[in-house]
Amino acid sequence: MTVLIVAEHDGAQLGVATLNAIAAAQKLGDVHVLVAGAGCLNVAEQVSKINGVAKVLHADAAHFAELLAEEIAPLVVSLAVPYSHLVAAASAFGKNIMPRVAALLDCSQVSDLTEIVDGKTFVRPIYAGNAFTTVQSDEPKLVLTIRASAFPAAVAGSLNAPIEAVAATPAQNLSRFVGRELTVSDRPELTQARVVVSGGRALGSAEQFNALLTPLADALGAAIGASRAAVDAEYAPNDAQVGQTGKIVAPELYFAIGISGAIQHVAGMQDSKIIVAINKDPDAQIFNVADFGMVGDLFEIVPELTEKLKSI
Amino acid sequence: MKALVAVKRVVDYNVKVRVKADGSGVDIGNVKMSMNPFDEIAVEEAVCLKEAGKISEIVAVSLGEKKCEDVLRTALAMGADRAIHVETDAELDSRAVSKILQKMVQNEQPQIIVLGKQAIDDDANQTAQRLAALLNAPQATFASKVELGADEVVVTREIDGGLETLALKLPAVISTDLRLNEPRFVKLPNLMAAKKKPLEKQTIEDLGVDISGSLKTVSVAEPKARQAGVKVANVSELIEKLAAAKAI
Repeated sequence: MTVLIVAEHDGAQLGVATLNAIAAAQKLGDVHVLVAGAGCLNVAEQVSKINGVAKVLHADAAHFAELLAEEIAPLVVSLAVPYSHLVAAASAFGKNIMPRVAALLDCSQVSDLTEIVDGKTFVRPIYAGNAFTTVQSDEPKLVLTIRASAFPAAVAGSLNAPIEAVAATPAQNLSRFVGRELTVSDRPELTQARVVVSGGRALGSAEQFNALLTPLADALGAAIGASRAAVDAEYAPNDAQVGQTGKIVAPELYFAIGISGAIQHVAGMQDSKIIVAINKDPDAQIFNVADFGMVGDLFEIVPELTEKLKSI
Repeated sequence: MKALVAVKRVVDYNVKVRVKADGSGVDIGNVKMSMNPFDEIAVEEAVCLKEAGKISEIVAVSLGEKKCEDVLRTALAMGADRAIHVETDAELDSRAVSKILQKMVQNEQPQIIVLGKQAIDDDANQTAQRLAALLNAPQATFASKVELGADEVVVTREIDGGLETLALKLPAVISTDLRLNEPRFVKLPNLMAAKKKPLEKQTIEDLGVDISGSLKTVSVAEPKARQAGVKVANVSELIEKLAAAKAI
C-alpha cells in the first residue's frame, strides 16, 4: 500500500504536525508527500530529507499559494488513483481540506485518529475524549486525519527522496484570499512545546494573565495556553485555546492555573505526561486528572514558583 | 436571499457520557439532549443576518429520530422561519448527512448554508466541508466573522496561527466557530409561537439519497484512566516532586 500525505506549510517551512503524520503513516505503507504551493520548491526539498518519505510530489501554481480547500482538494483527487490512504495532520489545515477530498472521492474519512490498528482499522476519540471508538472500513480508499500529539515526529535523515513535479489542476476561483493575521510569538509552538503553562478565568484580567504567566513560561521555556473562559474574556488570543474545540496538546508537563477542569478543556490536555493544577477550590474537577495539585491563591503561588524555578 | 441552517440533536455538553459495559457504544438512554452548541451559533448567525435585512428566509433542517423535532422547534423559536425534519432511525455519519443535505440544498436553493464546525458527540468536523464539495461551492470553515454582500460573503476564519479572511462566491457553505456570536436565550412566548411555524417531514427515500457505505464501529472503550495524583502543601514540595519526576 502507498499513502499520500498532504503537507501543510507556509511557503517557507513545513508545518510541524505534518512530521507526526509522516511518522504515523509509515505504519500503512510507502509514504509519498504532496507539497503544493507557489514557489515552494524549498519546502519540497525539506520534505525530501525526512526519514520515511519515499517520494515528494511537487505542484506549483499561483492558485495554490494560499492552500485554499477549493484549489487543493481537486489537486489531491487528481493524484489519488495509486493511493490507499490520503492523509493529513488534524490541524486547522487538514480539517479544512481533507473532508472536501473525501467527499469528492465519495469515501469515508476517519478524523483525528489516535491509533492505527491496521490499514482498515483505526481508533479515534469521541464525546470530547470521554470515549474511544474503533472503526473499520473495507473501502479501497480512505481519508485520514491524524492527531499529531498521539504520534512521534519524523526527523530529517541522510537520504534524499526524489522530487517529482506534478501537473497543476485548473484554478477553481470559487474563493479568494483576502488576508491573514498571525499571532506573533517567540515562544515554542503550543502543540509542540515540551512544557505548557495554561491560565483560566481566575487570572481575572488580561494584564494579570500576562503578568503572572509570561514570567513562569519564560522560566520554563514553555508555550502559553488558555481555557475557553480565558479566551472569551480576551485574556489570551483564540489560537491559545486548549480543548475539544481548540488545540489538543500532550506536553511532558502541563500547568493548569486557575482552570476548573471542564470536560471540554480536559479533552485537550489529558494526554499530557505530568499535569500540575493550581486552584483555590479544593473540589475543582482539574484535581481529578492532576498528578500534582496545589490548593491556594494563584496570585501568591505562581510568583513564588517562578522565583524558585529561576534560582534552580 | 435564503439561508439554510443544519442542526443536530446531541447529548448536552455538560453531560459526562459513560461507555456501555459491552463496548457497543456510549449510554445515551437517559441523558439530557440539546442542540449541538456550534449549531446554535449557526442559527443565531442566520437570524442576525435576517435582522440586518441581508436575508429574507431561514430554513432549519435536522436529520434523525423523531425527537429531532425538539431542536428544530428551538431553532424556530430563535428565529428560523420554517423547518424540515428528515426522520430516520438509521445511523448517519458525516458522509450520509452531507449527501442528504446536498439534496435539500438542491431543492431549496439557499444562497448561504450555515453549519456548526463539529458535533460534540462524534467530533468529526466533516459535514460542512463535504457538503461544499458535493455542491461544488466554496467553503469557509471555523468562521468567527461573517459579512454577507450581494454576491459574495467575506468570512474571517480561526486558523492555527491566528485569523484568515476569505471572500467566497455565493452560494457558499460556512461552518461556525465558538467565537462567531453569543446565541440568544429562547423566551417562552417565542417557544409557544414556534409551535405554529411550519415543520415539514421528509424521508431519505423521498429525497432519493443512497446513504450506504459508512464506517463500521467495532467497539467503544473508556479512555485510559489517569492515576490519582497527590496534593502538595507548598511550592518547594511541588518543585521537589517535579524534579524527582525529571519534568524540570
